[in-house]
Amino acid sequence: MDGWAFVGIFVVVGAALLSVPLILAALLAPRKPNPIKSETYECGIETYGDTRVQFKAQYYVYALMFAIFDIETIFLLPWAIAYQGFRTIFPLLEMIVFILILVGGLAYAWRKGALEWL
Amino acid sequence: MPQIPGNDILIALATWLRQWLLTIGLDPASIDILMAVIRALLLGTLALLVFMLITWLERKVVARIQDRIGPNLAGPWGLLQPIADGIKAITKEDTTPDGADVTIFNASPIVAGVAALLVYAVIPFGPNPGGDCAGTPCGPLTGTDMSIGLFYILAVGAVSLIAVLMAGWSSNNKYALLGSFRAVAELLSYEVPQVLSITAMVMIAGTMNMTRLVEVQSVPFIFPLFVTALVFFISGIAESGRSPFDLVEAESEIVAGYHIEYSGMKFSLFFLGEFVHAFAVCAVVTTVFLNGWVGPFSFVPPWIWFFIKSFAVFFVMMWIKFTMPRFRIDQLMAFNWKFLVPVSLVNLLVLAVLDTVLRMMGLGRAANPWVWGLILFAANLLMLFIALWALGRAARRTRSTERRIVARMDDVTPAAPVTAASAPAAGN
Amino acid sequence: MTLTHIIFIVFAAITLLSALFCVTTRNMFHAALYLVISLFGVAATFAMLDASFLAAAQLIVYVGAVAILIIFAVMLTRGGAGSLPAKQQFNTQAGLAAVVTVVTLFILLRVVPFFNYPVQVAAVPIDIVEQLGQALVGDFVLPFEVASVLLLAALIGAIYIARERRKGEEVEEG
Repeated sequence: MDGWAFVGIFVVVGAALLSVPLILAALLAPRKPNPIKSETYECGIETYGDTRVQFKAQYYVYALMFAIFDIETIFLLPWAIAYQGFRTIFPLLEMIVFILILVGGLAYAWRKGALEWL
Repeated sequence: MPQIPGNDILIALATWLRQWLLTIGLDPASIDILMAVIRALLLGTLALLVFMLITWLERKVVARIQDRIGPNLAGPWGLLQPIADGIKAITKEDTTPDGADVTIFNASPIVAGVAALLVYAVIPFGPNPGGDCAGTPCGPLTGTDMSIGLFYILAVGAVSLIAVLMAGWSSNNKYALLGSFRAVAELLSYEVPQVLSITAMVMIAGTMNMTRLVEVQSVPFIFPLFVTALVFFISGIAESGRSPFDLVEAESEIVAGYHIEYSGMKFSLFFLGEFVHAFAVCAVVTTVFLNGWVGPFSFVPPWIWFFIKSFAVFFVMMWIKFTMPRFRIDQLMAFNWKFLVPVSLVNLLVLAVLDTVLRMMGLGRAANPWVWGLILFAANLLMLFIALWALGRAARRTRSTERRIVARMDDVTPAAPVTAASAPAAGN
Repeated sequence: MTLTHIIFIVFAAITLLSALFCVTTRNMFHAALYLVISLFGVAATFAMLDASFLAAAQLIVYVGAVAILIIFAVMLTRGGAGSLPAKQQFNTQAGLAAVVTVVTLFILLRVVPFFNYPVQVAAVPIDIVEQLGQALVGDFVLPFEVASVLLLAALIGAIYIARERRKGEEVEEG
């Protein structure tokens, strides 16, 4: 399985290794909950307002730009691995077209102000 | 006494262990599993030891940079300070906020820690000595020699994002949620130049296998791939959430962001994840750009060279952290999307065209590494120069716009410092 | 019942069960997390089939981008605040849906074994990613370029829609 078996084992071993200090802490740490300590933190004052806030659409735009470029890279990586074995110039040209289309997308986003944090 | 392949003591130990297991009658499949578990344990322990060393090193280095001494009370030179910190973290009370989603709240530190640890599974610490190691062919000194090592590192980064969202959501706290949104937005953004520079590396090297990446570097790739290395290093610093990109978790900003409600050991696990990730980035930079385990003297084991180089890269990271001021969130995003991403795209195109041209002319990496390296290095310097010039021009334009805005305000003289104009942008 | 069989059954069970919980749970964030677990299960299945590149790609794209987008979309809706309002989880067509599902399952179980799938028992070649790269610029260059145009269309569409909303409403906290 090309190393994924080791990754599986490593996940289990890593989780076990990291749980050891947590278990130690559960055993050794004091446990004195009182209502004031369990309140959620708001710079030392009482909380007000709904906890779950409405968030800006800008976060979604950033995540979407990332998704687009991520998928672009999934296409680029096999090309990149086969790159050293190309004998003609055509694969290079095809990749340049691919990237330029997406550079166009980035330029559109830039001009339309979709990259501003606001 | 089994034959010792190479002169590496770690491989010798592993071979001896395997030989002994064979003689007590275990079949090879179980031996493989047992060796894998031992390797995983060793890697996990290594990561934890490195973490402890790094916490001490960081405090000493920041102290010296800030002209003071740093921890020197716990043990000689303060070397036992991490142990003291660990004891403190374990014995601190573990508060859980009201209304928190308890399962997710408890699980997210472990997910964050494991996601950071997973990168170490493919880091190559030493070469493949070749030959036979007690019945199986010898392998390189690494957790697992995956054929898609570099790609796997990207995949693991995705897991840590989920941990951040879990932590922010389950805390039932406005600031934690806000902090986790910002953190995820920043982490996602800085993954784009990281991924693009990895594509450039893979294109030039022709492989994603970490061990092959080291073997392929007849000339260390930091020269022909200088801009790529720079972009990868900067986005790696941002991905680990370190200064100057640590706005989303700094105490003076959003009050520690998504790990506000965590205390004691759980908080330490987030910390561990961040530092372990930072060192992993240094290890990857060493592997891909600085020729990994290769060193001049043959009596020194390869993994010592690896650690020397990794710590040198980490020192540069610390140097940057303690010298530069923090970025504002809009500066962070603008720097990424308007500078790093175009630079890495242009870098990819230029490298692709140049490498093909050089290969067609017979000056490719295989044929003539030094000439090839020199030409690419010159191209990289040119790209860097143009990028910095464009950045300077854009910065000058922004500053003159701000100065004009300030000058038009009635109650401020035209000679006022530019920081007055940053007030509108800092209102979020 | 080799070890591989057992591991496969475990991961398949994880995938299916978390998908089931994803659609039946009341809390939207939990549903998103169950979806993430389900996607991990699919990645594990890819890994077991020796498709390492696909497993890593699944993790990067699905867990790292699509799942995050879904979680952000969950937070964007008003229903993201805690559990859904106490409506019924099953609507009035639940009975009809159950009947249709069982009938479809029966039909699939009878029809699917009749086809001859070309099963490759040989090992996956070591340079499979390189062959994929060569295919992308060789036989499949048109889908390759069309994919980039599709991504461009998605980018432009999403930016247009997101900006339309931002001009109308005032910027909220965050």
